[in-house]
Amino acid sequence: MLKTFSIGGIHPQENKLSANSAIQELPIPQIATIPIAQHIGAPAKVIVKKGDEVKVGQVIAQASGFVSANIHSSVSGTVLKVDDVMDATGFRRTSVVIKVEGDEWLEHIDRSEELVTEITLTKEEIIKRVGDAGIVGLGGATFPAHVKLSVPPGKTAEVLIINAVECEPYLTSDHRVMLEKADEIMVGVEILMKALDVKRAIIGIENNKPDAIAHMTQIATKYSGIEVCPLKTQYPQGGEKQLISATINREVPSGALPIEVGAVVQNVGTAFAVYEAVQKNKPLFERVATVTGKSLKNPSNWKFRVGTPVSDIIEAAGGLPEDTAKIVGGGPMMGKALVSVDVPLTKGSSGLLLLAQEETARKATKACIRCGKCVSVCPMGLEPYLLMVLADKKEYERLEKDAVMDCIECGSCSFTCPATRPLLDYIRLGKGKVGQIMRSRK
Amino acid sequence: MNTKVLVAPSPHIHSGDSIQKNMYGVVYAMLPALLLSFFYFGMGALIVTLTAVASCYLFEFLIQKYLLKVEPSINDGSALITGILLAFNMPANLPIWIIIIGALVAIGVGKMTFGGLGNNVFNPALVGRVFLLISFPVQMTSWPKALGFETSYFDAATGATPLAIIKEGLKKGDSLTDLMSQLPSSTDMFLGNMGGSLGEVAGAALVLGLIYMLVKKIITWHIPVSVIATVAIFSGILNLSNPEAYAGPAFHILTGGLLLGAIFMATDYVTSPMSNKGMIIYGIGIGILTVVIRVFGAYPEGVSFAILIMNAFVPLINVSVKPKRFGEKRK
Repeated sequence: MLKTFSIGGIHPQENKLSANSAIQELPIPQIATIPIAQHIGAPAKVIVKKGDEVKVGQVIAQASGFVSANIHSSVSGTVLKVDDVMDATGFRRTSVVIKVEGDEWLEHIDRSEELVTEITLTKEEIIKRVGDAGIVGLGGATFPAHVKLSVPPGKTAEVLIINAVECEPYLTSDHRVMLEKADEIMVGVEILMKALDVKRAIIGIENNKPDAIAHMTQIATKYSGIEVCPLKTQYPQGGEKQLISATINREVPSGALPIEVGAVVQNVGTAFAVYEAVQKNKPLFERVATVTGKSLKNPSNWKFRVGTPVSDIIEAAGGLPEDTAKIVGGGPMMGKALVSVDVPLTKGSSGLLLLAQEETARKATKACIRCGKCVSVCPMGLEPYLLMVLADKKEYERLEKDAVMDCIECGSCSFTCPATRPLLDYIRLGKGKVGQIMRSRK
Repeated sequence: MNTKVLVAPSPHIHSGDSIQKNMYGVVYAMLPALLLSFFYFGMGALIVTLTAVASCYLFEFLIQKYLLKVEPSINDGSALITGILLAFNMPANLPIWIIIIGALVAIGVGKMTFGGLGNNVFNPALVGRVFLLISFPVQMTSWPKALGFETSYFDAATGATPLAIIKEGLKKGDSLTDLMSQLPSSTDMFLGNMGGSLGEVAGAALVLGLIYMLVKKIITWHIPVSVIATVAIFSGILNLSNPEAYAGPAFHILTGGLLLGAIFMATDYVTSPMSNKGMIIYGIGIGILTVVIRVFGAYPEGVSFAILIMNAFVPLINVSVKPKRFGEKRK
């Protein structure tokens, strides 16, 4: 029997419409809008001004602090303005707007397709390079990668786990990268292993991608210490704690980080970005995203430059379908609904999903029939029905006691509820308030 | 782009599961037992079922519309379940007016006084049943013999249930072996060839319904299995300690409403615990109480009371038994 995580989980319709569509290159936009907050942590500090000429790969905003990330220009041209522009969150935030002229890259970036397997950098140099390249977790959480590679004193990493499960329905970008760039990923994994000083790496792939499992397993034989672990398709296996439970059967304690059980998790796309940064000197300014939806003409996968407007990738896939009711940045379970197609694609954009009314419209909330299905699907072993009531009644002490902060916001409860209750909406409210109370206590 | 788009927090999709789907799923699971009851008890079964279902719908509608003044939710299927379960708990020759009173108590007292579906503490059908059992003990315990369409609704030949035969016999001082020989064989009991109320006679059909609900993921195994296993173990121990005084597990599982209760009534969403651990504790409680009432109590049958008593413990179980948390700090 295939491995999976220990508690709860759901299996939504996979709808991997674009799985067979090879990665194509999205045309460079005429104007790139590059937000300076594309990661978890402090926004970067802008170091260019209106009128400056920039090249592809040039730093335009510097990391401000340890948990932060550099932002590079994804295009060459002139800075039109540094201004507040609406981004995927719906808020207006500082962005560097660049008028594109040509496509001139910094010279030290190696643009050849040639595979470089020899790792010459030391552990410290690798971590510095990953930080300089502005690499963040590409699974969607966008946590700066160099922070995870810097193991805190007193802790030891034993195993590197590569998240290649792509458990969100519809999304296929990781799947395609594995099929097309397996060798580069393996070298990237080796680099990460060197940075962490571990001898073992496990790549977790769900068995709804048999071609990727076969291909990656075969390629992995050329590299020592890297194994591919096929997993039973089960959402939310891409959650860090769930993936660790599935692959090495260890439970990260409540409130702790994976390093507590000797594990570091990185996304497979991140491994590829690390390869490019370390072996090719290429910072993170482009990545692959899936554009998909049942009514979309051509669900497909595209390599895009950060700062390209969302409308460009939709046009490339055949244009916005008539029946579009919701535009989601990311997958249907954890993605964020966008307010407009004018916002830019960023480092965290793993996909763009266009949903029709009947697929996404919420149904009327009914009384809880106490079926317990939310409890049985919760991957953290929580009681969503109870947390919702407690959040509604502002019972913050009990919320904290009933482990509301353990919620990973995967949405399995709301997805499952037969009474279509907005469980996660209320739990999020409760989490926000309890988090505030906990911080004020310190 | 001028079209307006929806902006709402994730998740953006839903499983499509609904209260109706689950409720009608339970109804489908009850169909084999229902059809079999028509086969065993003929017209009487049909009359009892139709009266019970129709009056449950009617009372739910009237109370919601005119007393509570809310939008009636009779389409959710829960009144249908209560109606069928109520009928399952009645003899096939029960007078219509008693059935209507039972439905009124089930829906009115059992469900609506608490605020309707989702808020009731006790299983509505059982509230109705126990009310009738206490108020009309004679009519509620005159069981027509299962003679198929030969069974007349109006002047059926009646007989005692296996549980009653044993209870009365043991009181008179008859030996258990003699009494057992008066009973149908276990196979006959499993197939429903015995006296009893509509839904309790055919174990095989009830088990078929259980399998359907498990496959469709309407319920989990925890409650039915823990109830049945507890009854088997507890009655087995008693039987081993004194085979002449206590009947064995097969008898206890196949008679009375045990399978009906374990499969369809103890598993009622609203009145059973939320977590798997809680469900098992609840199931064990029902099993123990059932055997205690049957063997040591005044009534020959104990499943209804056992479930109602454990219903009352559900809020306590929910508060004190938490599911296993992921990454819980071990003490």
